[in-house]
Amino acid sequence: MSTVRRGVYPTPLTDPYADEHTQPFWDAALEGRLVSARCTNCGTFRLPPAPFCFVCQHREVAWVELPGTGTIYSFIVVRHPLRPELAEAVPYVSAVIDLDGTQGAGSRMLANVSDVDPETVAIGDRVRVVFDRVSDTLAQPRFVPA
Amino acid sequence: MSIKDQAAVVGVGATPYYKRGQSWPETELGMACTAILLALEDAGLTVQDLDGFAIYSYACDPAQVAATLGVPEVRFAASLTSGGGGSAGSLGLAAAAIHAGMADVCVSLMTLQQRNRRLGGSAVAGGGGGGGGGNPYGGGGIPPTQAFTAGSGIISPGHSFSMLTRRHMHQYGTTREHLAEVVISQRNNAIRRPTSLQREPLTLDDYFNARMISDPLCLLDYTMESDGAVAVITTSAERARDLRQPPVTIMASAHGGMGRWGPAIATYFQMPDEYFASSGHRPVAKRLYEMAGIGPEDVDVALLYDHFSPMVLMQLEDYGFCGIGESGPFVAEGNIRWPNGKIPVNTHGGNLSEAYIIGMTHVREAVEQLRGTAVNQVEGAEIALVSGGPASLPVSGTLLRRS
Repeated sequence: MSTVRRGVYPTPLTDPYADEHTQPFWDAALEGRLVSARCTNCGTFRLPPAPFCFVCQHREVAWVELPGTGTIYSFIVVRHPLRPELAEAVPYVSAVIDLDGTQGAGSRMLANVSDVDPETVAIGDRVRVVFDRVSDTLAQPRFVPA
Repeated sequence: MSIKDQAAVVGVGATPYYKRGQSWPETELGMACTAILLALEDAGLTVQDLDGFAIYSYACDPAQVAATLGVPEVRFAASLTSGGGGSAGSLGLAAAAIHAGMADVCVSLMTLQQRNRRLGGSAVAGGGGGGGGGNPYGGGGIPPTQAFTAGSGIISPGHSFSMLTRRHMHQYGTTREHLAEVVISQRNNAIRRPTSLQREPLTLDDYFNARMISDPLCLLDYTMESDGAVAVITTSAERARDLRQPPVTIMASAHGGMGRWGPAIATYFQMPDEYFASSGHRPVAKRLYEMAGIGPEDVDVALLYDHFSPMVLMQLEDYGFCGIGESGPFVAEGNIRWPNGKIPVNTHGGNLSEAYIIGMTHVREAVEQLRGTAVNQVEGAEIALVSGGPASLPVSGTLLRRS
């Protein structure tokens, strides 16, 4: 694992362990693109991708590229390291993010938001995605100020 | 057909409460059996009468308990799904079994020993090591559905509830002083209770000096970690009349929640805006009051599941003790304090200050209140509300009445 940087949560993943519903998300991530599954019947976005649409129960999706920007819907500042190796990472910010180009609830992302001041970060702040190349099969999304 | 008033709680038993790990060399099985025997004795019943297990969070293995205690015949054994959200609802499961004629005497219980395991710790064990020798999900054992959140840094229940709390503060102006009021009022109740694990007085300064864990929640907003067991015996309202204790009638019980709440607080957070900064109890509360034919104004004491202090605030709203978003000012006015508040809350000290046995201490306290034997007795208490959760679906609520 690479060196831990304060404010950046070191992902425990080295591989996305994807299934048929989630693989396209990770494939796009490796190319630096943020995508969401969108129901081909009713147009509802769903993240994490799931086998059925929660509005119309349709199965088929189209993978839509999103702008990669969004708004902090809620956030926490983790100050206590739950594991010893997180001592160098805290305080870090984790957030629920409403993604631009989607309907919001149902396709929100949960992500680490780095390069923000934990004392002033706020709901409504604008952020954009970046991808950390962790391995040949995983690029981990993280958000930074837009 | 409804379970309304069909069954009653007739016995309660508990081991001592211990700080995490200190119940050793007792075991979870041993403590469960101790609590069950005490609860049966309290009711004036014996193991010969017990025939049902109506539990939640897979609290124990009924097969093991029945064999250990020599229960003659098990006729009902079921658990509500998910975790602590089912605590209050397990009484409804018992009432349903009894009303349907599937069992005569049910036990609901929790037994907990956190020696080898800790609840609420980091959800992602270990890390790294892709490829993961033998584990189908590779290193860390993270399945595809969780890969989306595993890198987010949201790795414990405390993180999840902080997320709801921050949104509540943003939407409604809730403050840390409001959280402190929940924490301190419950501590004041715990101080008077010999069973409490936390009996030191707590000031507002103490609260603000406590270590911040997952901002906006500090150490004192978190439940403690405890060991112990609590068991509750339920039988039909008719049979209850002939037993040792004044029966406590199960007026109504409901569990579940809105489908899109789903695993809301377990790194999901896809619930619609109107439910995000809530306890997830609103639909359960509605059904509960409808079944009982009463409203929040009729409730004399509320035992609200309090693994995290802000969830008391959100339940006060969802159970209708105040308007949505108004719980902060509501508690600031002293409304949840015992004995003079409008609705005394967690008169036993709750998970925050008495002990954390995943919700069953709240059931015990409700029964003591309605028998008139509580340490912090609400004068003339006739109706008590007990809740389980906030958690992943199902959450639950039960209304109990003095007979």
